[in-house]
Amino acid sequence: MNDVIGLAPWLVGLPLIGAAILLLGGKATDRWGHWLGVAASAASAVIGFILMFRMIGTPAEERSIDHHLWTWLSAGGLDVDLGIRLDPLSLTFVMLVTFVGTLIHVYSVAYMDHDPHRRRFFGYLNLFVAAMLTLVLADSYLLLFVGWEGVGLASYLLIGFWDTGRPSARENAVAAKKAFVMNRIGDMGLIAAMALLFAGTGALDFGTTLSDDAVGSLSEPTATAIGLCLLLAACGKSAQFPLQAWLGDAMAGPTPVSALIHAATMVTAGVYLMVRSGPILEAAPTAQLVVVIVGAVTLLFGAVVGTAKDDIKKALAASTMSQIGYMMLAAGLGPAGYAFAIFHLLTHGFFKAGLFLGAGSVMHAMDDQTDMRRFGGLSRFLPITWITMGLGWLAILGIPPFSGFWSKDGIIEAAFMPVEGQPWRAWVFGTVAVLGAAITAFYMTRLFFMTFGGRRPRWAENQHPHESSPLMWWPLVFLGVGSAALGAVLGIGGTFVTWLEPVVGHAEHHEPVLPVPVIITATLVVVVLGALLAFRMYAVSLVPEEAPRGSVLTRAARRDLYQDAANETLVLKPAHGVARLVQVGDRDVVDRGWGALPQAVSWFGAAFRKAQSGYVRSYAAGMAGGVLVIAVVVWLVAGLGGAQ
Amino acid sequence: MDITNYVVLAAVLFAIGATTVLLRRNAIVVFMGVELMLNATNLAFVTFARMHGDLTGQVLAFFVMVVAAAEVVVGLAIIVTIFRTRRSASVDDVNLLRG
Amino acid sequence: MTPTGFEISGGETVLFWVIAPLMVLAALGLLFVKRAVHAAMCLVFVMVSMAILYIAQEAPFLGVVQVVVYTGAVMMLFLFVLMLVGVDASDSLTETIRGQRWIGLLIGIGLAAILGGVVANAAFPPARGLEGGDPGGVANPQALARVLFGDYVLAMEAVGVLLVTAAVGALVLTHRRRLAPKQTQESVAEARIKALPDGVILTPLPSPGVYARSNAMDTPALGPDGEQVPQSVSRVLRIRGQERPAPPGPAVVSTSSTRGTTGSAPESEKDA
Repeated sequence: MNDVIGLAPWLVGLPLIGAAILLLGGKATDRWGHWLGVAASAASAVIGFILMFRMIGTPAEERSIDHHLWTWLSAGGLDVDLGIRLDPLSLTFVMLVTFVGTLIHVYSVAYMDHDPHRRRFFGYLNLFVAAMLTLVLADSYLLLFVGWEGVGLASYLLIGFWDTGRPSARENAVAAKKAFVMNRIGDMGLIAAMALLFAGTGALDFGTTLSDDAVGSLSEPTATAIGLCLLLAACGKSAQFPLQAWLGDAMAGPTPVSALIHAATMVTAGVYLMVRSGPILEAAPTAQLVVVIVGAVTLLFGAVVGTAKDDIKKALAASTMSQIGYMMLAAGLGPAGYAFAIFHLLTHGFFKAGLFLGAGSVMHAMDDQTDMRRFGGLSRFLPITWITMGLGWLAILGIPPFSGFWSKDGIIEAAFMPVEGQPWRAWVFGTVAVLGAAITAFYMTRLFFMTFGGRRPRWAENQHPHESSPLMWWPLVFLGVGSAALGAVLGIGGTFVTWLEPVVGHAEHHEPVLPVPVIITATLVVVVLGALLAFRMYAVSLVPEEAPRGSVLTRAARRDLYQDAANETLVLKPAHGVARLVQVGDRDVVDRGWGALPQAVSWFGAAFRKAQSGYVRSYAAGMAGGVLVIAVVVWLVAGLGGAQ
Repeated sequence: MDITNYVVLAAVLFAIGATTVLLRRNAIVVFMGVELMLNATNLAFVTFARMHGDLTGQVLAFFVMVVAAAEVVVGLAIIVTIFRTRRSASVDDVNLLRG
Repeated sequence: MTPTGFEISGGETVLFWVIAPLMVLAALGLLFVKRAVHAAMCLVFVMVSMAILYIAQEAPFLGVVQVVVYTGAVMMLFLFVLMLVGVDASDSLTETIRGQRWIGLLIGIGLAAILGGVVANAAFPPARGLEGGDPGGVANPQALARVLFGDYVLAMEAVGVLLVTAAVGALVLTHRRRLAPKQTQESVAEARIKALPDGVILTPLPSPGVYARSNAMDTPALGPDGEQVPQSVSRVLRIRGQERPAPPGPAVVSTSSTRGTTGSAPESEKDA
C-alpha cells in the first residue's frame, strides 16, 4: 500500500491542474480544453482504481491510512496538517466521484458541443472534481471545510453557468445565488461545529477528534450541539429540510451539472459528513434522533413534491432530495445504518446520474423542452435512452435484483430495528420509509411513462426526436449497467458492508420488529401498487397537455409545498423588518445625532464668523475691552484680597 | 499737591489715546493715538521714578521712546505703502481678512 | 537724602494745574478735530507739555529727549506722511461700524475710570524724590547714564540694532520699483519732437496776463497769429473754471510780447 500512497495527492492535483490550465489558459485552450478536462478526470479515476485495488489487497485493520503531506497551520494549541485520509469510506467516494465524474465529462463533451463557453464549463467541472476529492480525502475537518467551500463555489459557478447577464437569464443568476446563500447557512453550522470541537477536544483532525478518548471527553450536551451543527451543515449541502429550497432551482444549470453535482456527488457530501462524524453522533442520541427525523421529513417532502412536478429535471431533483432523505435517515440510525447510507449513496449516484443524463438526452432530442406533458411515446425514437433510463427507473424503485433494491431495502430494514426504550421509533420510521418507497414508485413511474410511454406523443410542433451521439449514450450505457448490477455485485453476501467495516465499525445485529421477509414483501407490494397506479394514470389513460388544476395537495406540491413562501414569511420578512428598523434607527438616530454635531460646529462657526469683520478697529475694541475686563477682575480680586 | 496727580493725568491721557485708536478711522490719527498712549505711560514711569527715588523708571521711559520711534518709522512706512496701492488711509478700507 | 522731607514746590503745583488741563484738552482735540494736520498739532502740544512736565519731575534728560525725538523727529515724520497722503485729507467723523462709537467711548471711559480708581485707591509710599536736597538736577543725566550703560547696556545695544533694522525696514517697505525707463532731458526733448505732428508747440508757451485788468494770471496769452493760447493759463485755474476769456478785438502784438517777458513762465508740463 505504501508504495502507491504517493499517488494519492494526484487524485486532487490532476483535476486542479486541469482546472487551472482551462481557466487561466483562456481562448488558447478552446480547441482541446474539453479533452484535457476529460483526461484529468479520467487520470484521477485510474489512480483511484489503483489505490482501491491495493487497498483491497491489504488486511482490514490496516485499511485506514493518514498520509501526511505537510504542516498547514500551527497556531497556539491548534495544529492542522494538510493530509489525506485513505480508508474504505473515502475511497468509495473517490471511485464514485472520479468514475461517474469521468462519464459525465465525456457526456458533456457532446452535450455542450454548441456552447461557446464549453472550455470554461470543463474548467469548472474539473474544479468541482478537485474540490469534491479534497472534501472526501481530507484528514481533518478544516481541510474538509476547504473542499466543502470549493464544491459550493463550483456549484454556484455551474448553476449560474448560463447567466449571460441578459434579463432572460436572470433565473440562472437567482438560482445560483439562492444555492450559494442557503449553502452559507449550512457552512455556518460547520464552522460552529469545528469551533465546538476544537473547544472540546483541542484538535480538528479526524484521527484525534473521532478517537474514543476524544469523544468520551465530550459532555453529552456538547456532543449534541456539535452533532446538530454538523447536521445543519449537512442540511445545507444536501438540501435537507429545512434548507432544501435551493435544489429545485439549481436545475437551471446545465444537465450534466445536475447529474454530477446535484444528484450524484456534492449533495451527498452531507451524508458523508454524518457518517464520517459517526462517533460524535453516537455520543449524542438526541442529535441522532434529529438526524433521523430530518431524513424522514425530507424523504416524504421530496417524494410528495416529486409527484406533482411536470418539469422532468425538477421531478428528478425532488427525487434526489427524497433519496438523500433515506440516506440521512440511515445515517442517523447508528452503525447499523451507516453502511447502508453509503451503499445507497453509491447506487443512487449511479442510477440518479443515469436518470439525469437520460433526461438530458431527452431534452437534447426535444429542443431543450423540459415539460413532461410535452413528451410521450419517445421510446421508439430514443431506444438507448429508453432502456438505460428504464434500468435506472427499476433501480430507484427497488425492484430486485436492480441495485436500488439492495441498498434501499437495507435502509428500510435498519429503520425497523428497535431502539432501546423507544419502541415507537422503529414503527414510525419504518413506516415512513415504506411509505416513501411507495410514493417514489409512483412518481418515478409517472416520470418514466409520461416521457417514454403514452398512446400518442404530445410534442410541440416541428419536433424530430433522435438518439444522441455515442459520446452521450456510452456514458448512459455504463451508468445503466451500474444501475442494474452494482447493487447485486456489492450487496450479495454483504461485500460492501464488510468493506466499510473498518470505518463505521461492526454493527451488532438486531432483529427488526417485523421479520425481514415480511418487510421485503410489504415494501415490494406497496412499490408495485404505486407503480401500477401511476401506470394506470399516465400510461393507460391520456395525459392532458395542460396541467389540470388538481387537488389542494397537488397544487401545494407543485409549489414545492410552499417552501419558498415559508422561507419568505419566516425568514425574509422578519429579516427585512429588522433591517428596515436598523436602517431607520441608523438614519434617524445615529446619523441625525452625529449630524447634529457638525451642524452645531458649523452654527457656532457662522456665529463667530461675524466677529471676523476684517475691521482693525473692531479687533482693537475687542482687545481693549478684554484688557478692561481683566483690569476690573484683577482689581476686584486684589481689592477683596486686600480687604481680608 | 499730591504727586499722584501726575499718575491720574497719565491715566486720563492713556484713556483718551485708547479712545482715539478705537474711534478714528484715519490710520495716521490712529497712530497718533498709539503715540499718546505711549507718552502717557512714560509720564507714569517718570512719576514713579520720582516717587520711589529710583532712576530705573526713567530708563524704561527712555527705552519706550526709542522703541516707539522705531515703531513709528515702520508703521508710517506701512501706511505709506498701503496708501500707494489703495489710495486710502482709512483703516476701515483694509478689511480683506473679513471672515 | 531724607525721603520723608520731600515736598512738591508751589511753583510746580501751579505749573501742573496750568499745563495738565491744557494737555487733556489738546488730547481731546486728537479725538475730535476733523483734519489730521490739526490732530498732529494737538499731539505736538501734548508732547511739548509732556517734556515740560518731565523736566519739572526731575527728568531733564528725558525732557530734552522728548522734545528732540518726539516733537522733533516723530511728529515731523507724521507731518511728512500727512503731506504725502494729502494734507487736506480730512476724516469724516460719521461712524461706519455699527456700535463702534459707543463701544469705543465706553471702553475709553471705563479705562479712565478704572485706572483713575486704581490710582486713587492705591496706597503709595511717601514720595522720595530723586535728588534729595541737591537742587538743579545736574547730577540726573549722569546718574541716568550710569544706569543706562551699566545695568541696561545690553538692552541699549539691542535697541540700537532695533532702530537700524526699523530704518532699513522702512526703506524696503517704501521702496518703489522703476517700471519704466528713467526720463532724461534728452528723452523728453525727443518725445516732444516726435509729437510735433500732433500740434504740440515746441517753443515755450507765452505767459498769460495779456490785457491785465485784475489778475493777469487768469487771462490767456495771445499767439503770434492773434489767437488766444488757452494752455498759457495755469492748469489749476482752468480746472477750477476761473479762466477769464481775453477781450475780443485786434491785439497789439508788441504789448503782449513785452508783457509776456515780464510774466513768469507758465507751466508746460502738459506737453511733457
